[in-house]
Amino acid sequence: MSGKESGYLDMELLRFTTAGSVDDGKSTLIGRLLYDSKAIFEDQMEAIERVSERSGHEDVNLALLTDGLKSEREQGITIDVAYRYFATPKRKFIIADTPGHIQYTRNMVTGASTANVALILVDARHGVLEQTLRHAFIASLLQIPHVIFCINKMDLVDYNQETFEKIKADIDAVSSKLSVKDIRFVPISALKGDNVVDRSESMDWYDGPTLMYLLENIHISSDINHDDFRFPVQYVVRPQSADWPDYRGYAGRIASGAVQLGDEVSVLPSGFTSKVKSIDMMEESLEVGFAPQSVSITLEDDIDISRGDMLVKSNNGSKPTSSQDIDVMVCWFNERKLVPRGKYVIRHTSAEARAMVTEVSYKMNINTLEKNEEDKEIGMNDIARIKVRTTKPLFFDSYSRNRNTGSLILVDEATNETVAAGMII
Amino acid sequence: MDKYRINHLKELEAESIFVIREVAAQFENPVMLFSGGKDSIVMFHLARKAFWPAKVPFPLMHIDTGHNFPETIEYRDRVMEETGTKCIVALVQDSIDEGKVVEEKGFNASRNKLQTVTLLDAIENNKFDAAMGGGRRDEEKARAKERFFSHRDEFGQWDPKNQRPELWNLFNGRKNMGEHFRVFPISNWTEMDVWQYIYMEEIELPSLYFTHKREVFNRDGVWMANEPCMQLKDTEKLEMKDVRCRTIGDVTCTGLTLSTANTIEDIILEVAATRTTERGGRADDKRSESAMEDRKREGYF
Repeated sequence: MSGKESGYLDMELLRFTTAGSVDDGKSTLIGRLLYDSKAIFEDQMEAIERVSERSGHEDVNLALLTDGLKSEREQGITIDVAYRYFATPKRKFIIADTPGHIQYTRNMVTGASTANVALILVDARHGVLEQTLRHAFIASLLQIPHVIFCINKMDLVDYNQETFEKIKADIDAVSSKLSVKDIRFVPISALKGDNVVDRSESMDWYDGPTLMYLLENIHISSDINHDDFRFPVQYVVRPQSADWPDYRGYAGRIASGAVQLGDEVSVLPSGFTSKVKSIDMMEESLEVGFAPQSVSITLEDDIDISRGDMLVKSNNGSKPTSSQDIDVMVCWFNERKLVPRGKYVIRHTSAEARAMVTEVSYKMNINTLEKNEEDKEIGMNDIARIKVRTTKPLFFDSYSRNRNTGSLILVDEATNETVAAGMII
Repeated sequence: MDKYRINHLKELEAESIFVIREVAAQFENPVMLFSGGKDSIVMFHLARKAFWPAKVPFPLMHIDTGHNFPETIEYRDRVMEETGTKCIVALVQDSIDEGKVVEEKGFNASRNKLQTVTLLDAIENNKFDAAMGGGRRDEEKARAKERFFSHRDEFGQWDPKNQRPELWNLFNGRKNMGEHFRVFPISNWTEMDVWQYIYMEEIELPSLYFTHKREVFNRDGVWMANEPCMQLKDTEKLEMKDVRCRTIGDVTCTGLTLSTANTIEDIILEVAATRTTERGGRADDKRSESAMEDRKREGYF
């Protein structure tokens, strides 16, 4: 670990989300991952033991590790997205731990928005339930590139292979309705530790990888769109100091693709073009900048550019769509229902615009994946396809092509609350 | 596509810089809290990167309990001068003198809880609409559910049951007059990430983090520093030990670690081998199972 060239500083970051309900053993699984990878420290363990004893659990309840807020500990359920961290020598992991019940769809969507991998828990005794499909649909809707179905509680079905194969076949049968690129299945027992970190000794018939092996090795570096250079300008850096009288840097995070010194870029919406003069990260000047780096770009020419504008490459490669009419799949987050013809604020990349909902096309039944074109009342946790018209053009890609330039949120002007998450179609 | 790969620290850095720039863009009068601890030092380093070659476009603020280690204050003043950054110092002593808070009594008295009042007053008096802090989600259970952009009502309170959903990297900083936001740019960093980053970036730290000989005493299994604000019980005796701070808070609630680590590499090895969390030495968290959540609801950082 000594020396900057050491492997330990060369870890990859993987974000995953876990969906499952109270009874699926999701919290136990996370507890198991943290415990077996030694991310649980002694004092946390002592605190859990204290609480387990007080609430009458016989064994130390690993699930208590993940229940953060007082009200959750009292009710024994997880009501909000909680973030957990652990690392192995290969990767650092960020877990977005979300509750699985239908009324928490919005939390699941939130956790899924940044995930590379989704873990979906299935109780081996019950097989594929409505909620399994719901979780799979949300993973698909949010375009999580990799989904791992953890068939849990194998110990309670005598580690039976047919049970596992049956569930796998049931999921395969519906997966054609989903657009997930990479689906895996692992038979586990989170409680006993089978195939979580250590290989199970009770399931000789399974010769696939353990869950931890998958998490450590699944190929994620091509999850980002490396083709289309998109640079939403977030902030303009102008020192106007004696040392830097003329520096004018466009600061932001590269949303997708890469850019090189000398590349010709166009500015949206003005359409002006210029060449990249420098790509700065403090004193370090880069030859090539790529997603997801935060950089400051200077151009050869003085052009008026401000927050909300976007730099894209002038030649080849696809351009983003520029439009005021946008088709979006939304997940509704608020107790205040969607108001038809209602006005909202849209936040999209670094841009902000006012918008009106011009049409509700259909509501999605997330348990059956059927479209409902009759009932168009959109309330908390509903998923629907809508059309919005914005006061100025936005520059976007479809969400399936680009998660960063294809996503948006709606904000209620009256309450300032984030009322919906949207994926551009 | 592996040529477009960055390591976990670079990715965390890019995320934090994005959040800090977002604060500068979305708010009129932000401030960054600076305690002289490693997390706020890293956060300030990220802020300098975010706006280079311009200066950081907001002031720093230190909530000074008056119970600091002298090394912390020396470090703070030197760094502010070297980087030409403005640092507002808000004194807990002023809140006590104004009668807004009452000092705790007894051997375990701490000004830790009192600083919430000083902080909220300072935010109100300076009309700050966003205050960035170095809180990390891995520190404590209640922090695990904190957002990057955390909305506070006009009393500065946190309502954990009614947080705004936060998706992708779209942050909603809209608010009414009188309300403000707490923003946590290094939410996703762990203690190990912070140390590795300090190592990678060669960031200078207060000497307290490295081993030194110090007069200490043992209280309930935790080594505490002998400083003027500490009162010893009859049974407690002073000893000289080789110690260092794993986390820096007030003298009154910062436990010292017996350690001979004197380089960042040593510290990283020590952190990797350690069996307790860094807040394990913090007396302020041990008061009850939900001590942190209760303080946060009231407006603590």
